[in-house]
Amino acid sequence: MLTEPLVWAIFLLPVASFLLIGVVVRPLGPSMAKAAGYLTILALGIGFVLSLWLLRSSAHGVVYDFVPHLWLNLAPGASIQMGLLLDPLTNVMLVVVTGVSLMVQIYSMAYMDGDESFARYYAYMSLFSASMIGLVLASNIVQMYAFWELVGLSSYLLIGFWHERPSAAAAAKKAFIITRIGDVGFLLAIIFLFFRADEFAAQGLNALHIPDIWQAAAPLAAGGAGIVAGGALLWLCLGLFAGAAGKSGQFPLHTWLPDAMEGPTPVSALIHAATMVAAGVFLVGRFFPVFSESEGAMMVVALIGAFTAVFAATMGLAANDIKRVMAYSTVSQLGYMMAALGIGAYNAALFHLFTHAFFKALLFLGAGSVNHSAGTFNMMYMGGLRKAMPFTYWLTVIGALSLVGIFPLAGFWSKDEILLEAWLGTGAVPTTVSLLVFLMLLAGVLLTAFYSFRMVHLTFHGEFRGGGEQELHDCEEAGQPAPTGVSHHVHLGESPWFMVGPMVFLGVSAVVAGWIANPIGVKSIFGLIPSHWLTEYFASGLYDGHHAPPFSIAMAVISNVVALAGIGLAVLTYMWPRPFTNNDPLTKGGVVHTLLAQRYYLDHLYEGLIVGRVFYRIVAAITDWVDRNIVDGIVGLVGWISRNIGGLIALAQNGQVQTYPLVAAAGGVVIIVLYLILG
Amino acid sequence: MSLESMLVIAAVLFCIGLYGALARKNFIAVLMSIELMFNGVNLTLVAMGRWVAPYAVQETLSAVLTGQVFAVFIITVAAAEIALGLGIVFAMFRTNESVDLTDAAAMRH
Repeated sequence: MLTEPLVWAIFLLPVASFLLIGVVVRPLGPSMAKAAGYLTILALGIGFVLSLWLLRSSAHGVVYDFVPHLWLNLAPGASIQMGLLLDPLTNVMLVVVTGVSLMVQIYSMAYMDGDESFARYYAYMSLFSASMIGLVLASNIVQMYAFWELVGLSSYLLIGFWHERPSAAAAAKKAFIITRIGDVGFLLAIIFLFFRADEFAAQGLNALHIPDIWQAAAPLAAGGAGIVAGGALLWLCLGLFAGAAGKSGQFPLHTWLPDAMEGPTPVSALIHAATMVAAGVFLVGRFFPVFSESEGAMMVVALIGAFTAVFAATMGLAANDIKRVMAYSTVSQLGYMMAALGIGAYNAALFHLFTHAFFKALLFLGAGSVNHSAGTFNMMYMGGLRKAMPFTYWLTVIGALSLVGIFPLAGFWSKDEILLEAWLGTGAVPTTVSLLVFLMLLAGVLLTAFYSFRMVHLTFHGEFRGGGEQELHDCEEAGQPAPTGVSHHVHLGESPWFMVGPMVFLGVSAVVAGWIANPIGVKSIFGLIPSHWLTEYFASGLYDGHHAPPFSIAMAVISNVVALAGIGLAVLTYMWPRPFTNNDPLTKGGVVHTLLAQRYYLDHLYEGLIVGRVFYRIVAAITDWVDRNIVDGIVGLVGWISRNIGGLIALAQNGQVQTYPLVAAAGGVVIIVLYLILG
Repeated sequence: MSLESMLVIAAVLFCIGLYGALARKNFIAVLMSIELMFNGVNLTLVAMGRWVAPYAVQETLSAVLTGQVFAVFIITVAAAEIALGLGIVFAMFRTNESVDLTDAAAMRH
């Protein structure tokens, strides 16, 4: 049983470390920079322990219901409070966020060693962790929105961490702007709720308090308040989903996420794989009781999620940058979670979020480890690293197998549950929709397996192809600027223990997290953890919790066969009978390969057509004209008037002595005449 | 003699002076016109002192003589003013070689 200050401490400790680093450590100079890392690790370590404690006590039936603290009372039925919403979703998210964050901070001690902005890096990381923890704890939608934006800000700061590189600065800007497009939808949803505050107040509810919003969406027949229903409910959900789609990189707002790989690799692991991008899924999960009342909104979420899952995976096939492959994989896996939420499989989606955080963070840290030794992120210049870095190799293979969903790794259990739910349908959407989602997700499994093992083969098998040195050489010959992360520093060998240690922890999690946290197919593990523990725990947070279906061996066989087929295809293409040398066999795909490698020309569409043509040529041209002619015109007119009024008055000041008494006398005459007339 | 006739004479004097002060271009003529206006004012003050203030309410001599005293003050101040004015006329003649007021516009704006 935790007291309220202890729960707040999970959030306040990283805030304190952020402030300490910013105000005290950083001004002390580079000699003290290491202290920044230890401070952050300490803050998050305590937070991790507290989160585990919180999860444990909650699982044992302790219900935390702290009274929120009033901050602003806007209107009856609309008050902004600072509160803690400790439901199962929050409790699990807290463990994921603090746990992965702690591992990444430890890894960063070695990865970022020697960077001249070491302390700044940890200050941003603390800020990010604090914002993310604040986001999952929030009980008020405005409080949540504030942390939502803070998370976006820290992501911006960290993508652009090496701001002297133009590509990093551009990627940071792109991420900020594109996620902001989605956030407008979120904001509109909040504004909509605010304008319905009177109806909330009439029933004694608060329009900005999240559990009250759940109640407002539930129809009267189900014991809810029935305030928001029908078309209004659909639009409210779509607004929230727009925000979620921006953060979670769902089509069509996914283009920022691959570019976000310009940031340091641990940042990609923490923010753009494990936690922040999952915030979109978290948001839909947080408002799941609202979404589930609107079939239309659920169908949109399901179809966009499933489409994104396949669509991003196809782009992952043609990417050559190891981190970009991971980025597409992340977008694709987030699509799985969204699709699962859309078909009503709330607990399966969050279970996948939980396992994904571990194996995807592991894969990213593996990519960082590879970069540490090969000096590049381009897989065309890697190869043969298996012998030089055995730990990284095996851990990456474990991560990849878990991602693909091979029995009995973590990813298998969660992905299998999503597929099973889609196949059986939950009743939240029509069966045709859930079957369509199932087929798309199954196709996604094949693609995931192929690109994951393409990545493994290109990176670790075959002969070493020169690393960063060779790439710099080639870039120089071709007269191109070197991409981010390329250095002459090629030394084939295992990374330091500070890097391998966290990877081992995440690797163990990637193997067992699925089975330990959510045993499926057995009654319990050693009598400690009952069957379907995690999914049932999630379900206990909802009013009418949906229960996970029993384990299906047929589905497990199908998904594993499809996954193994994908891996087999990758082996045939890249390893056996002819090992990969220099030319990617996929380039024979011609137009299709070009389309994939060019990311379906969506970046060209957004940046060239929408921003370049529509925005610059039309919108900007109109605003420019209005600015020059109307705004400047009004300003100019005001100036012109005052200038010329001055001139008018100056006419009277002609310096002729006799004019002044003439005017005075005339004034006197006027006064006398008026006096005589008016008496 | 009555108050009305005195005031009419004073007003005529004042208006003649005002016309001269506004219409004449010669600085010296303007100064002379201003003297006429002073005298119009002085005449009004003395006439008022003589006819308007009733004897019955006037308890002290100074109260009886207020208008006359005022006129004496104005004559003194006018003498000082004309000395200053003539000084300006000399200064102006030295720089402009003219005593025409239309030329004395160097300080405008």
